Amino acid sequence: MSGSWILSGLLILPLVGAGCVYLLRGDDEATKNNARWIALWTTLITFGLSLVAWARFNPAVPGFQLVEQRDWFSHSILYKLGVDGISMPFVLLTTLLMPLAIAASWTAIQKRVKEYMIAFLILETLMIGVFVALDLLLFYLFFEGVLIPMFIIIGVWGGKRRVYSAFKFFLYTLAGSLLMLLGIMTMYWTAGTTDIEALLRTAFAPGTQKWLWLAFFASFAVKMPMWPVHTWLPDAHVEAPTAGSVILAGVLLKMGGYGFLRFSLPMFPDASHYFAPLMFALSIIAIIYTSLVALAQENMKKLIAYSSVAHMGFVTMGLFAVNTQGVQGAVYQMVSHGLVSGALFLCVGVVYDRMHTFEIAAYGGLVNRMPRYAVAFMVFTLANIGLPGTSGFIGEFLTLIGAFQAVPWVALFAATGLILSAPYALYLYRRVIFGVLDKPSLMNIRDLNGREIATLTPLLLLTLYYGVHPQPIIDASAASIDALVQGVNHAIATTKTAGL
Amino acid sequence: MNATALSLPIILPEFILAFGILVLILLGALRGERSVWLVTEGAVALLGVALVVLLVGDRPEGVTFYGAFTDDAFARFMKALALIGSLATLLLSIDFMRSHKIGGFEFPVLLLLGTLGMMMLISATDFIALYLGLELMSLALYVVAAYRRDDLRSSEAGIKYFVLGALSSGMLLYGISLMYGYSGTISFAGVAASLKGPSPLGVVFGLVFVLAGLAFKISAVPFHMWTPDVYQGAPTPVTTFFATGPKMAAMAVLVRVTLTAFPGVAGEWRQIVTFIAIASMALGSFAAIGQTSIKRLMAYSSIGHMGFALVGLAAGTVEGAHGVVVYMAIYLVMTLGSFAAILSMRRDGVYVENISDLAGLARTNAPMAFFFAAMMFSMAGIPPLAGFFAKFYVFAAAMKADLYGLAVIGVLLSAIGAYYYLRIVKIMYFDEPAKAFDPQGAATRVILALSTALLIFYALAPAPLTNAAMAAAKSLF
Repeated sequence: MSGSWILSGLLILPLVGAGCVYLLRGDDEATKNNARWIALWTTLITFGLSLVAWARFNPAVPGFQLVEQRDWFSHSILYKLGVDGISMPFVLLTTLLMPLAIAASWTAIQKRVKEYMIAFLILETLMIGVFVALDLLLFYLFFEGVLIPMFIIIGVWGGKRRVYSAFKFFLYTLAGSLLMLLGIMTMYWTAGTTDIEALLRTAFAPGTQKWLWLAFFASFAVKMPMWPVHTWLPDAHVEAPTAGSVILAGVLLKMGGYGFLRFSLPMFPDASHYFAPLMFALSIIAIIYTSLVALAQENMKKLIAYSSVAHMGFVTMGLFAVNTQGVQGAVYQMVSHGLVSGALFLCVGVVYDRMHTFEIAAYGGLVNRMPRYAVAFMVFTLANIGLPGTSGFIGEFLTLIGAFQAVPWVALFAATGLILSAPYALYLYRRVIFGVLDKPSLMNIRDLNGREIATLTPLLLLTLYYGVHPQPIIDASAASIDALVQGVNHAIATTKTAGL
Repeated sequence: MNATALSLPIILPEFILAFGILVLILLGALRGERSVWLVTEGAVALLGVALVVLLVGDRPEGVTFYGAFTDDAFARFMKALALIGSLATLLLSIDFMRSHKIGGFEFPVLLLLGTLGMMMLISATDFIALYLGLELMSLALYVVAAYRRDDLRSSEAGIKYFVLGALSSGMLLYGISLMYGYSGTISFAGVAASLKGPSPLGVVFGLVFVLAGLAFKISAVPFHMWTPDVYQGAPTPVTTFFATGPKMAAMAVLVRVTLTAFPGVAGEWRQIVTFIAIASMALGSFAAIGQTSIKRLMAYSSIGHMGFALVGLAAGTVEGAHGVVVYMAIYLVMTLGSFAAILSMRRDGVYVENISDLAGLARTNAPMAFFFAAMMFSMAGIPPLAGFFAKFYVFAAAMKADLYGLAVIGVLLSAIGAYYYLRIVKIMYFDEPAKAFDPQGAATRVILALSTALLIFYALAPAPLTNAAMAAAKSLF
């Protein structure tokens, strides 16, 4: 099959880069710079390769493409990779955010640069692996493996309470994932394989489905994160270095949504239908409650972290509406949130690098000294609110349409969240950017430099572009999503008829 | 079963080992202290030869000593593990023994005798052979636990282990005698045959005592009390020995006894094993959290690991046995690597064993910190390291055997247990560095690097180990 090396290449390239960085000797400035450049070029080349994968990808075909397959543990546990319309956007999102994350750490990270870059490159391999794995055990391997580099990144390069946050992040996600592992084992013994393609064709008994759904829910709900298991996220975000937050918000949070989309919905359709009210309830609580919590935050990163939880609420709501608009909106919302929240964390990182505090109260009137920064921050703030014309709007709008078709009152409640997001985001913007510039420490603050402009510009352009022209993402995923939605609804209908 | 009186090809590795031990004892006795290094090197060579003879070549499998001694795929696999454990322990011990000036020629010889006992234990297919193997192994262990005679804690460890060990041997013997009294036979197959019909209560009593005696040797809860003290008190190479070979042998015989002698009362022993597994996992996870000595921590960690391995046995199926065998193999690699790291914790010529001594190791000795961190993540069962697959197999077997409760409790306890492994990583990576350790010796460095490589790259080529383990597990059924 042509192009069957591309996905393996995506996995291997960052590891090769990590190997090169590891081979660097010395601890002087030159070595640090070499490590940075190697990491940047590696991630750029990986991004280029993912574009090649995109070019070879045919969006009209709903099934998996660029598939490669090898025996791994046995003939039933495989090394199998592939992408479809659902995973392709996430692969691109990952490879796009990585060079930006490396660039964002250029001057912010001064100690143990080599180790830092190695950790990020290994993290990239694992993240791409999550989205391209077509074997359940392989997926789990990547899904869990992500914890190791992220634990190290938060713990070594994080802020004051980094140790507490790193442990909380690790143990929370681990406990959730282990239950999923038991689910994976059950599926293996039931279906005799962990090949995802084969499992998608397997119909599990409705009783089994419920247990499996709960097992997977335990993992994805923590990863997502959904209320009430979201509490690790604000801690992890606040303490992680800027690039760590970008990746955490941009990619790691998407793994939960991707998991629901890849496993819970198509493999356990009856259970998904059965548990949909629960998901709606949790989504609405997440949207309203965390928006209110965000309003009360004094810490910029915490505020954005809580807003992430609220935005993920829209995703779960859209997914479990199980109609084309809802699911499409969820995917769009995840991609958009990856860009926007990643960019917001970069913006916070910009002022943190200068002032070394996340306290909102320490800022004010930045527009007088940092006009370019104020513009960038404004666009991302508005995108975060979901203003029409930004990518944030499309996702929230589609999920609301989807939810309205499924259960109107859910959309009603969720729409209030849309309103609530405006106060906290604008309030943050007003306190940081506007007001009187009266703090002496802020008098000499510099505006964005060239590197920072280079990191923020791609995200700015994409946010606006996808706000007015959503077609590329929708086209890429439409065929796969249609197939998924039809399959799920068909399965639900079949069970209902059988039940009558 | 076609049992012969004596078949040399079947017992060849044991024979070579026994003969070599006698030669080395004579050598040591005649030449005294001057022979220490010759004996040590001879012992290394002897273990190597035994390992090669065990695995290479085309020796037939079979039964000898009138059915008391069986050489099958399972025995070979577990013996290979035991031999590797002893061999690595011996290599790791050299520097330590030299720097503490306690390197008599007796240590290698006792280690070899213990290994011979393990091999007999692994191959035992009747209760007398089981007892003989167990005692040969244990007597050597009693002595080496107290090997630093002038050290109070080492002597305490030796006495503690001896007294409790004697008690457990007594229980084991009592169980065996009950078994014999009720079934009229001492061979595993004979006992299994006598349990075809309704099982007499006495046999179940005997079963409980036998399990208690063996659980003591693998330090499973509630027979674990000796473990932390002995692990901490004994010289570190001896602790390494305790944690590797004897565990392999005792677990092997536990698996063999339960699966081949007591399939008729599987319902009874699976309950017991389930309880022991849960108790061990729980104690291993919770009690290790507060430890400050890395050796005590390893003691609780090994208690926990035995609990996880027993999850596979609780399933009582061929997948379960396979899980146990894979678990023990990966546990051996993790343990050897960890102790190689612990034996590298030497500052200004003095061995240190506090966890806090590892502070900031990532900056003073980055490769060692990386290797040790890989060990810890693997022990915590985080993919893609091998420790994850060890747990995967035993829990998968438990799920297949419908032991859902055990599996759920087990994975949650493993998440709790992950905390203290992470704590070590945290101390090495997040904390401010302490003074650097002395340069590592060649043996510790090689064993540490090799075991880390095995743990990391296992996921790339899992087939050889899992296939061999499957063959081993199938030979029990």
